[in-house]
Order: sequence, then structure tokens, then C-alpha cells
Amino acid sequence: MNHLPFIIAAYAVALVVPMVFGLEARWRLARARARLAALETRRRR
Amino acid sequence: MLRAMSASSPLAPPRGARGLHRFANPGRFLRLAGRVLPWLTAAGLTLSAVGLVWGLFFAPADWQQGDAVRIMYVHVPAAWLASAGYFALAIASAVALVWRHPLADLAAVEIAPVGAAFTAICLITGSLWGKPMWGAWWVWDARLTSVLVLFFLYLGHIALTRAFDSPERGYRAGAILALVGVVNLPIIKFSVDWWNTLHQPATISLFGAPTMYIGMLWPLVFTALGATLIFAALVLARLSAAVLERRIRALLAATARDYVAEEGHLA
Repeated sequence: MNHLPFIIAAYAVALVVPMVFGLEARWRLARARARLAALETRRRR
Repeated sequence: MLRAMSASSPLAPPRGARGLHRFANPGRFLRLAGRVLPWLTAAGLTLSAVGLVWGLFFAPADWQQGDAVRIMYVHVPAAWLASAGYFALAIASAVALVWRHPLADLAAVEIAPVGAAFTAICLITGSLWGKPMWGAWWVWDARLTSVLVLFFLYLGHIALTRAFDSPERGYRAGAILALVGVVNLPIIKFSVDWWNTLHQPATISLFGAPTMYIGMLWPLVFTALGATLIFAALVLARLSAAVLERRIRALLAATARDYVAEEGHLA
């Protein structure tokens, strides 16, 4: 396969960037759910 | 009687917006997003994986470009989504400005970073494709420059929506920028026809037959569909988090108000 370093670099960028965004979104959603649950419990008391 | 009154009330949403306002209820939106998100993610990952493996190992090399043409399977979907994402940002901005849909502002704020990321992928993979084919990482070609302008429009929107103390003013300023920036989308699309560019013209169109070998077209269709679903899943997940964060801010404000009222009563 010719131009292999360019191909590998392009695929790496295309995989890593959405993966980082996906993990960040997942972490943000989980943190917001946990914080909201804690706040609602505190307000109910 | 109540239904008739609410439909004719001046406070009722305009006719065109009623369907949209069904999803203005955060609880309803979160329930729907929670159901759709796992399927969207799974379908996006599966389609992308199939398309990328197909494109990387099984699709034929190009007679002129050799194996470097395989960069197309990541570059073209990112380029489509860079423009489509901006179009979605503009629609969300228009809905926010015209109908004051409460989720449209948040949608615009959450679309912009994802769109900017896909535009960055398009620019970086394009540069990685350009170096072996053109002998240069970058040229000030009309297509490349207009996509770079699109990237700056995304960054401008991200900066502008966060630049005000009042989030509503930031959303409004961002929405105006998003609508003004739409003029760049036809420039990107037709730049390769209007000017002499190094970038090749479109090989796939909605109305004509593709000028691409079918063995290369199918993996591209898979990666494009997969990337589109992943883009939608990312926006949906970020939007769900933003809705929950807004609820948290409202609860904290209510708690603070209760506390102040209680303290005032005691004093």
C-alpha cells in the first residue's frame, strides 16, 4: 500500500476526534444525571 | 372549551411551530432521546466500521492516485457533515429566533462544537490527502479557503454564544451569525465550478449518475451514513446533557431563592 503514513494518519484523526467527543458527551450526561438526582433528593427533604 | 381558548390565544405558539413545541417539554425530549440514542449510536458505529474496513482493505485503489484515494472514505463524509451540520445550526437558529423554541437555542449551542470538529477532520484529512497528491499540505484554493471560513464561522458561533453574561443575548447573537454564515454554504458547494481549483469537482450528485466506480461508491455510502448517525448521536447526547444542566441551574436558583426568603423571614 503506497502513501500508508498519510492514510493511517487520516483514519486516526477521523476515529480519535469523534471518539473523544463521544466520551466527553457520555461523561457530561452521566455527571448531569447524578447531580440532578442528588439535587432533587435534597430538595425533597 | 379550554383547548379552543388556548388555540386562539395570542400566547399560543404559531401554527407552524405547534408540532415543534411538542418537543419543547424537556421531560418528553429526554425520554425520546434516551430511547433513540443507543440505537443511533449502534447503527452509526456499525455502518462506519463496515464502510471503513471495506474502504481500507477491500475497495480498489485508484488508477491515478493509488491507495491515497482511501482517505476519501473519511474525508468526504466529514466534508458533507461540515456543511450539513452548519445547515442544521442555521435551522436551529432560525427556529430559535422566529418561534422562540426553548430547545432550539440549546441545539444550536450543541451542534456548533460537533460541526467544528467534523470541519477540522475534513481540513486535516484533506491536508493529508493533498500532500501526496498535490505536493502541498495547503493551497489557497477556493474550496479549501471556503471550508476554512466555515471552520471560523463555527468557532465564532462557539465564542459568541459564550461571550455574554446573559445566555439569551449570547444565543441571539450566535443565531444571527449562524444565519449570516449560511451564505458560505453555496460558495463551498459551487467553488469548484465557479473558479479554477486544484480540488476536484463533485463526483456524486443528487440528480445525476455518480461518476465513481461502484466498488468505491458503496463503502463511501456506508461511511457517510455511519458518520451522519454518529454526528446525530453526538448532538443528541450533548443536547440531553444541556437540558439536564439547565434543569440543575433552575433548581439551584430556586434553592437559593428559598434560602434567601427563609433568611429574610427569620430576620
